[in-house]
Amino acid sequence: MRKYIYLLLLCAAVISGCADSSSRATSVYMLVDCSGTYTSELKKAKAIVGYLLGTLQPGDALAVAKIESGSFTEKDIIAKVTFDKRPSVSNNQKRAFQKKLDEFVAAAAKGSAYTDITGGILQGAEFLNETGAGKKYILIFSDLKEDLAKGLIRDFPIRMDGVTVIALNVTKLRSDNVDPREYTSRLDAWQKRVEKGGGKWRVINDLERIEKILE
Amino acid sequence: MSFESLIFMPNHPTLSVLIWAGGLVILLYLARIPAHHLLKSLSRAVYSAMRLGSRSIQSAIRHLQQRNREVLLAAGAETVERLTEREFNRVHAVVKQNLQEYPALHRTMADLTNRIDEDYKQSAEVPPSPAGWVNAVDSISKITSMGDSLTAKIMGEIKKGLDQDHKKAMDEYRKSGKRRHELLNKMMPYWRNLVQAMEKTGKTITGLQDRSSVIDKRMTEYEGILAKTDKAERILSSSSLVQFAVSGLVLLIAIGGAVVNFNLIALPMSEMVGGGSYIGPFKTSHIAALVIILVETAMGLYLMESLRITRLFPVIATMDDKLRHRMIYVTLTILIILAGIESALAFMRDLIAADMQALRQSLAGVENAEASSRLIPTIGQMVMGFILPFALAFVAIPLESFVHSARTVLGLFLIGFLSILSFLLRLIGNIVRYTGELLIKIYDLIIFPLIWVERLVRGKEQCKIATTKEGAK
Repeated sequence: MRKYIYLLLLCAAVISGCADSSSRATSVYMLVDCSGTYTSELKKAKAIVGYLLGTLQPGDALAVAKIESGSFTEKDIIAKVTFDKRPSVSNNQKRAFQKKLDEFVAAAAKGSAYTDITGGILQGAEFLNETGAGKKYILIFSDLKEDLAKGLIRDFPIRMDGVTVIALNVTKLRSDNVDPREYTSRLDAWQKRVEKGGGKWRVINDLERIEKILE
Repeated sequence: MSFESLIFMPNHPTLSVLIWAGGLVILLYLARIPAHHLLKSLSRAVYSAMRLGSRSIQSAIRHLQQRNREVLLAAGAETVERLTEREFNRVHAVVKQNLQEYPALHRTMADLTNRIDEDYKQSAEVPPSPAGWVNAVDSISKITSMGDSLTAKIMGEIKKGLDQDHKKAMDEYRKSGKRRHELLNKMMPYWRNLVQAMEKTGKTITGLQDRSSVIDKRMTEYEGILAKTDKAERILSSSSLVQFAVSGLVLLIAIGGAVVNFNLIALPMSEMVGGGSYIGPFKTSHIAALVIILVETAMGLYLMESLRITRLFPVIATMDDKLRHRMIYVTLTILIILAGIESALAFMRDLIAADMQALRQSLAGVENAEASSRLIPTIGQMVMGFILPFALAFVAIPLESFVHSARTVLGLFLIGFLSILSFLLRLIGNIVRYTGELLIKIYDLIIFPLIWVERLVRGKEQCKIATTKEGAK
């Protein structure tokens, strides 16, 4: 009889151990460039967030943050949420998130003077690791031209284990048109930096293929 | 080692090859007997192993056939027993319903017959009694007339009296005739009742005769099964295959129903157990939905067992009737509750789906279009959610047939597979055996010049021996 009780307890332990919710969850941290040259692209960013809200499931997490002069701070997070396990509550959270983002886009008028992408990525990686999700994505909606304010130290390796970094809508600058090598070298530099940190790198410029973001 | 390295006379490559070939032939000739032994041993070893394997499989096939036959006959016997039992139950029901009233019926019929008999007796025509005055008339008629008025007067009085008596007698006779007719008229309903009672009894007896002929047929089948005849086995085997195919098809339909059921309740279950948690590689909500469906199926199984429609669990079949009835009520109640839950979940699913649709539209920046009529699909889903558990409950019937027929059908498939395997082993063994013989022939063909020389030398030696023997003689 005692043998059966032990067996039953073992089964219960195995089942309860299997019931993990975090490892299969997806966390997305989206960085939106709010520097002077990129503010006009915010409507596209809103569409991407809309897609993410429609795709992410209960239990997943989403945060949208802006890239400004010094982005390694929680203050730059526009909205963040971990969706509830219940679909009905999760839907309400999504509505609230969308409302917050609408308010931000409506209020955004003036771009920042500098662009601290590295700080934003560091902040994003920290957020993603805290969620403990199985799939972690950082979406960078920017031209990837980093312009750091004087005194900021960002030239060090960043730890990106298990994080997929996706650069979205990387627009070509005027200088890129003069020398396209500048554009490719900019992308290559970011790819090397991410891959060196243990992350994966992808670029999606065509927003028609938006559904490939979370593949 | 390349081909060029074998050519030791670069100027005469053909000669080099020929020398090599000659050397090889000599070597092969020298190794002829051991090589032959080796090839023979190898081919025989493989042939024997394959044959042994084939024999073992054949033995296994025989065992399997025997077992399959026993299973088939046992299953057939059980089925016929059940059918016969059902026929006996029907006979019992007929006897209980109709013939248990037979004593009362018999009494009724006897009463009716008595009454009819009495009435008949009463209705019998009684001839009017001869009047006493007939003799008086006869005596008076002998009196000679005296021609006087007294006699005439007496005679007139007598006539008058006679007429009055006659009239009275006739009236009495008519009255009694009328009474007889009335009695006969009263008999008619008794006759009708009697005829009806007889017809009813006749029908019952005919029904019993039909049942008895069916029982006879079943008993003949049963005797065939008990005698283990080939005919009975063939019939049972084909019946088993048909059962397997039909029940398999019905089970597939039931699985389709279960899938629809699953999709109805999987989404709303995420509202209860959470949409983001997993057990192993599966979502907890999906497992919860599956568990509900499986519990419904299990309740259906128990219900069918309790109703004695199926006999998958001997414990339930042999249960006390009172307990079994309780089990029927319990399983049916649980099934109704689960059907209600499913119906509610289907309603919830509709609400969640509508909410999601509205959210997607708002995310896409589209105005929320008012649904024209969501009532009909909602009601449809709810009704489906309520009915499907009961439909799933009936899966027990094809499941029982499938389980029973699968035993023999799988046995047949296994026999077929083993037969093919046995044939292949024999085939491989024979191929290896004849390949060994062929290789020996090819071997001899390669070294045929030396064999030819050997035979020549042996022939001369034999001639010499023969000549020496003749000389000695």
